[in-house]
Amino acid sequence: MSTTLKRVHGYLAEFDSVKELYHAAEKVNEAGYNRWDVHSPFPIHGMDHAMGVKRSKLPWLVFFGGAAGTTTAFLLQYITQVKLYPTIVQAKPATIFSLPAWFPVMFELTILFSAFTTLFGLLALIGLPRLNHPLFASKRFPKFSDDGFFVCIEARDPKFSQVGTKSFLEEIGGKNIELVEDEI
Amino acid sequence: MEATATAPAHTPADGAPRVLEREPLVLNNRSYSWITNRICGIVENKQPGLWWLLFVPSVILTGVMVFCFVYLISTGVGVWGQKQPVAWAWDITNFVFWIGIGHAGTLISAILFLTRQKWRTSVNRAAEAMTLFAVMCAGLFPAFHVGRVWMVWFLAPIPNANAIWQNFKSPLLWDVFAVSTYFTVSVIFWYIGLIPDLATLRDRCKPGLKKMLYGTFALGWRGGNRHWSHYETAYMLLAALSTPLVLSVHSVVSFDFATSVVPGWHTTIFPPYFVAGAIFGGFAMVLTLMIPARKIYGLQDLITPKHIDNMAKIILLTGTIVGYAYSMEFFMAYYGANKFELQTFQLRGLYGPSTWAYYFMFSFNVFAPQLFWIRWCRHNMWMVMFVCMCVNAGMWFERYVIIATTLERHLTPGSWRTYEATWVDKVTFLGTFGFFMMLFLLFLRFLPVIAIGEVKGVLPQSNPHQDDHPETGIQEEDLMDYADRHVAKTVNA
Repeated sequence: MSTTLKRVHGYLAEFDSVKELYHAAEKVNEAGYNRWDVHSPFPIHGMDHAMGVKRSKLPWLVFFGGAAGTTTAFLLQYITQVKLYPTIVQAKPATIFSLPAWFPVMFELTILFSAFTTLFGLLALIGLPRLNHPLFASKRFPKFSDDGFFVCIEARDPKFSQVGTKSFLEEIGGKNIELVEDEI
Repeated sequence: MEATATAPAHTPADGAPRVLEREPLVLNNRSYSWITNRICGIVENKQPGLWWLLFVPSVILTGVMVFCFVYLISTGVGVWGQKQPVAWAWDITNFVFWIGIGHAGTLISAILFLTRQKWRTSVNRAAEAMTLFAVMCAGLFPAFHVGRVWMVWFLAPIPNANAIWQNFKSPLLWDVFAVSTYFTVSVIFWYIGLIPDLATLRDRCKPGLKKMLYGTFALGWRGGNRHWSHYETAYMLLAALSTPLVLSVHSVVSFDFATSVVPGWHTTIFPPYFVAGAIFGGFAMVLTLMIPARKIYGLQDLITPKHIDNMAKIILLTGTIVGYAYSMEFFMAYYGANKFELQTFQLRGLYGPSTWAYYFMFSFNVFAPQLFWIRWCRHNMWMVMFVCMCVNAGMWFERYVIIATTLERHLTPGSWRTYEATWVDKVTFLGTFGFFMMLFLLFLRFLPVIAIGEVKGVLPQSNPHQDDHPETGIQEEDLMDYADRHVAKTVNA
């Protein structure tokens, strides 16, 4: 299982409370780090602001997903009701003028396609599912889903240095600072 | 931890207005790990004896339901009591009843989310689960009512052997799309909400099959804020999508009736009337399930009297809307001067063969919830359960009145017939309760019944600016506006 070759993933520092984590995040952001994240059991109000995270692009994806749903439903109904097998029922013409009666299905498929785009768009944007992650090697890290608050600065950050980043994390109040390594 | 609601309201020295402290959503200053332990404990520990006491009969009833459907398939749909002119009876009543119950779950998860009602966090998970299970029960009835259930694929947009397509102008087909979309979107919403909590369960398990399963479904969640940021957007989008969806589903269900020309059905009030009734009945079912569950699993600090009070108020509101709709229906039958419509309502409520059902409906749905004007009734759990049971029964009777008693007295007196349900009707319906309870109990057994992450997020100590403005007593969330949350600094990222 374990090999001798290891690569540094980054430094993991623990904080005691939401408030400390929030202020730590502000400081890491000010220090100019790029490849880092905070880990918490729940989303923290205002953390995007503290970290300088931009607003998610997901709504754009969902807009186009929804538009695809509307179009699919329209074409499904137009092609089958007008082109393939026109049936005149309910005193409605088998033409485009039956459009109002097609609205419910167009609405439902818009929602359906949007919801699927939300799910798969979310997974694509956050890069999940994945089978493992270097952070799971840390003994303390699983606390993140209970009551742990962590900052992780990754080694691929251009400002990362094995000594400097550690002392920086100590400076901003990080506890139990741990070097997380990735087995290659 | 100190600045919580048990502390008295702050009195500013400079004479600024006194601000009332909000009632806390989690009682007794519970910590994060207490919440985790308490909710995960339900899944990790042995189930109480009562769980088995409910589970075994539920499984038996599910078996009975399966038997009834097998009997129906092997004999024919005539084993149910419907005969002309009552072609829709218990089956469609049950369908509308179950689908309506689901609506409270979506209301709690979507509409209360958009309106920032933080108390929803303690009840949304269970309510959403209830939605899914109720929709599963609902779907069975129309599927078997088609008669030859092996032809049920005709509902899907696939041409038949003569290349004829479905009639997309029919409300029955709209219903197929509405209900299946509703179910799918509810599953997605529920699942996205579950991901962080599955990660919690994963992190608490010892290595083994359980950890592997929870881990697989948690998708490798690490709780990073760069993930939470997208996650919260996704959650909000789904809430915004589900809100019109839930309103559309029961509207479309009501179109099944309203677009026909049957007197008593052909009314424009149906969509809002059905939606209000669905939310009403659904909340009663949420309380019916949650009041015993909070007691059995010791969740009183998380599902507090305030939560129950809020839900009771929603029942009061929607019950009153339903009462208004009943009265308005009657008034319009009189005022509209359509003698068929008027006759239908006279037969329904005054001197028809099934007026008893109308009286049950009216007293259970309109009078019983009025007790919730009294604070004591909203805070006494037995009283709340009593009203909820009335509403559960009343909402079934409402659909029975609308569907069966209307058809009993159709336009032509020559074809009038009094409807009687057979034992198969009754036992099948009872069986779906077993099926519903079985699924709900399995949910309690294997998944976190309360959204752990969301509840932690509404604790006072979860606010990073908790003590920044202690002098006014105003909660920080009031001061932090939307822009603060969503406009990013341009430093990097």
